Amino acid sequence: MKVDLTVNGKNITADVEDRTLLVHFLRDVADLTATNNGSDTTSCGACTVLLDGESVKSCTVLAAQASGHEITTLEGLATNGEMHPVQRAFHTEHGLQCGFCTPGMVMAIVSLLKENPRPTEEQVRTGLEGNLCRCTGYHNIVRAALVAADAEKVTS
Amino acid sequence: MIPSSFSYQRAGSIEEALSLASEHGDDAKFLAGGHSLLPLMKLRLAAPEVIIDLGGLHDLSYVNDEGPYVAIGALTRHHDVEHSEVLARQVPLLAYAAGQVGDPQIRHRGTIGGSVVHADPASDLPAVLLALDATLIARGAGGTREIPIGEFFQGLFETVLEPDELLTEIRVPKPASGAWSFQKFTQRAIDWAIVGCAVQDGHVALVNMGGTPLRAAAVEAALAGGASQADAAAHAAEGTSAADDIRATRAYREHLARVLVARALAEASSRS
Repeated sequence: MKVDLTVNGKNITADVEDRTLLVHFLRDVADLTATNNGSDTTSCGACTVLLDGESVKSCTVLAAQASGHEITTLEGLATNGEMHPVQRAFHTEHGLQCGFCTPGMVMAIVSLLKENPRPTEEQVRTGLEGNLCRCTGYHNIVRAALVAADAEKVTS
Repeated sequence: MIPSSFSYQRAGSIEEALSLASEHGDDAKFLAGGHSLLPLMKLRLAAPEVIIDLGGLHDLSYVNDEGPYVAIGALTRHHDVEHSEVLARQVPLLAYAAGQVGDPQIRHRGTIGGSVVHADPASDLPAVLLALDATLIARGAGGTREIPIGEFFQGLFETVLEPDELLTEIRVPKPASGAWSFQKFTQRAIDWAIVGCAVQDGHVALVNMGGTPLRAAAVEAALAGGASQADAAAHAAEGTSAADDIRATRAYREHLARVLVARALAEASSRS
């Protein structure tokens, strides 16, 4: 079937199997491999992307369902070579170790801060319940989210 | 993991969804947010030949105050139930419980109607709606019917809906008081509840204590008979048939039911 998605602002039309998952579409058709397929069971959140601006797990969405919608992946966050505040905060706060969960963590935090620009630490922790870090580096990830929230407040 | 092959059809209207469902019968499944069905299809525990995507039926996403009850469109996402001002004011149990489903990503996709028709006894919202005495509105080729939620669940993943019937609306009567509580015990946020409990006024419903969501009838009877909360909660496992599985034994679940019902009753009465 034909699907027609806007990914990071760019229109992508492709003929795919009806059963194609969004995560596979992004990695194999759009050639955007930041989005990782981790648990593949809606558990780990490594495949988190934004669908019309909201975080979703792309292993549990069909490419067909996303047809006609806007997807943002980690590759779409930076503007004019400037990292997004959440990306910058992961850098300054050492928010990653092995890095596998990072694209999903960043996208989940971008969505969280959009809904709640000034979260408490507890709200960040519950807001990241859908994302697992097997290095267990949660403290720095939570700190990165809080630092990004501060930075976005300064710049906005 | 990739689902087995199917034909994807996107319904542009309720009528089109119903006509596709009549055409394909048992071979077809409606897809709402997909957060119950797609995981089962990826595990090949379900293999429908036709998927009828309801994602474009935006007019089935609403929360309306209808006077004696609140009407919720079947395709209203958990996220929108959680953040509904009408529900926060009129049915806070439902708004709160919707915010406890899965995680933020799941709540951005999963819908209240999808959760109800999937009829997983381990899901939170079916039990919550049981405690709230909701009425379900279903549309089919033969017209529209109202189904009291107490008559809806027939067994594990089984409801009274026909294959070509679509749940369109959930009507929740406004509760008599603010005495509500929702408790659940999970190992990780995204797991199903090992056991859960919803309380609204004198109604007590249990998550994952049998093949369907259940009303804890013995607890309700004890409360109605004037028993103390602690004495009533001791009856929580009566009439249940909890599973033994990788997460918990039946005895553990029965213990948890008594503990969670006691906590829920205490919290509900502290609110009223």
